[in-house]
Amino acid sequence: MSTVFGLLNYWVVIILMMTGFYIVTSRRNLIKKVIGLNIFQTSVFLLYISIGKVSGGTAPIMTHGGSHGDSAHETATTIYTNPLPSVLILTAIVVGVATTSVAMALIVRIRESYGTVEEDEIQAMDGVD
Amino acid sequence: MLEQLPALQIVLPLIAAPLLVLLRRRLPVLLVAISVCWASFAIALALLQRTLTEGTVVYALGGWAPPWGIEYRIDTLGAFVLVLVTMIAAVVLSYAPRSLDLEIPSDRLHLFVAAYLLCMTGLLGIVITGDLFNVFVFLEVSALSSYVLIAMGKDRRALSASFQYLVLGTIGATFMLIGIGLLYMMTGTLNMSDMAARLPEVMQTRTVMAGLGFFSIGLFIKMALFPLHIWLPNAYSYAPSMVTAFLAATATKVSVYVTLRFIFSVTSIRMEFGVSDLSWMLMALSLSGIVVASSVAIFQTDVKRLLAYSSVAQIGYMVLGISFGTITGLTATIVHLFNHALTKGGLFLAMGCFAWRLGVTNGSQLKHLAGAGRRMPWTSFAFVLGGLSLIGVPLTAGFVSKLYLIRGALELDVWPVAALVLMSSLLAVVYVWRVVEVLYFSPSPEEAPTGEAPFSMLVGTWILIGGAIFFGIWTSGSADIARRAAASLLSVVP
Repeated sequence: MSTVFGLLNYWVVIILMMTGFYIVTSRRNLIKKVIGLNIFQTSVFLLYISIGKVSGGTAPIMTHGGSHGDSAHETATTIYTNPLPSVLILTAIVVGVATTSVAMALIVRIRESYGTVEEDEIQAMDGVD
Repeated sequence: MLEQLPALQIVLPLIAAPLLVLLRRRLPVLLVAISVCWASFAIALALLQRTLTEGTVVYALGGWAPPWGIEYRIDTLGAFVLVLVTMIAAVVLSYAPRSLDLEIPSDRLHLFVAAYLLCMTGLLGIVITGDLFNVFVFLEVSALSSYVLIAMGKDRRALSASFQYLVLGTIGATFMLIGIGLLYMMTGTLNMSDMAARLPEVMQTRTVMAGLGFFSIGLFIKMALFPLHIWLPNAYSYAPSMVTAFLAATATKVSVYVTLRFIFSVTSIRMEFGVSDLSWMLMALSLSGIVVASSVAIFQTDVKRLLAYSSVAQIGYMVLGISFGTITGLTATIVHLFNHALTKGGLFLAMGCFAWRLGVTNGSQLKHLAGAGRRMPWTSFAFVLGGLSLIGVPLTAGFVSKLYLIRGALELDVWPVAALVLMSSLLAVVYVWRVVEVLYFSPSPEEAPTGEAPFSMLVGTWILIGGAIFFGIWTSGSADIARRAAASLLSVVP
């Protein structure tokens, strides 16, 4: 059972990842593609957060200010979650938001010039195979 | 000041980009952007000089010592690619003002040039950084700005091409992010040299294998390695001329560089030919890419698209060199990376000249180019020379890289590979000849526009094409640096 519940986070990541990827590849509507792309990216954010988690650890915040001698000692012995993956993911989230906004801007312009956001119709208009 | 050069290389174009948005007016925007590009080129040359005399340059960003802080690490190969990217960026932007007046609405010009500088920043950042996560961030900086640049094409198909590239590019980048995450999971570090030291212990674990797989697939999408090249032909065909020239000459080359660095400096995959599965896989992909893409190129009626398929084939040659895993093979890869950037950049700039005279959509259509050899002699002759270099005729740069490639194949006694490389050159003869035939031996349509492209555009085209010829005759320059870089990748004495 531990492979199911102990690795629950990773199963969720895999399911989300596959869902997102499937949406991107199978949907022909451009907006839906972007949504799929977002789910796909979000699954990776979850993966990173899961990597950083230390069992029994708290948030990586200095609890007692850290200026006194005693509390500094206390902080050093507190088990805390690895903050690095969370920080990395903050960056990746910003990248994801930027990607989505560029995609949305493109879709607006595609809609202006083609009058549709369906990939099939766009390809038919362009006369490509 | 001199110690800060690695940081300046990135910071200069990064700061200049928002400045351009504030400047707004055409002349100051172009002046600032062009001078920033040439200044970056000077910095890259200084860095190359330093790596050649002092060895690897290491720079701790913000004074934070690696592996905690982000480290910039420039070896000979990195400096070589920096010089290449900045040089192409500077030449292409100096060429571009007249071409942009035609292709970009004047009220968007400052935004366009800002995106161009950001794209260059991203590409330089990928090359210079020693931190794996930083590679992802810079990759997305360059990718996002290139989506914008491509979407500025006049044809509305540029929009759907850009969207297609965005979807595939994001999937590629996210795959790389997954790979980096898995590798971080097993090694606890993001610093490349630190990771290189820790990977061997955990190399055989499934997590690392999956991580390497994800990272490589993501990279192959970015590199447009066959069969993951779907986004490339559309993006190159419909982007503004100067964007196509810039991206064709730099973006995929930077991905090849990351591959080289990742395989040889970070992971300890054994690339001896015939030993590793990766080597077989890369060889199969690259050979099929070379043959298929070259054959598809023959049937194109749009010359920009023809050249784009040819680019896919050329990526194949570079990866083929990697798959040999020998010093000659890697030299071939690095030399070809450089030579092809000059050749293809020059060819796409020539296409920009045609577009300027014949119209943006007509300029790349084979039927509209009929007889242009007599009406635009300088542009057409540049195209012919570029085409010769693409084929690999002696005294052109393309010949040097093919020579190294075939020598690499013969060293390993895989003569069928050498034969395939030669045969694919014949395919290149066919598709280049199709264009040359139309340019010189078809009658001009009546009322066809006559006259050359503006002088500034011709100069840019001829600098790159001239470079392709120059490095074909004076082979010791680029080939020597490439050989030293290859040797340092394989950590052997040249």
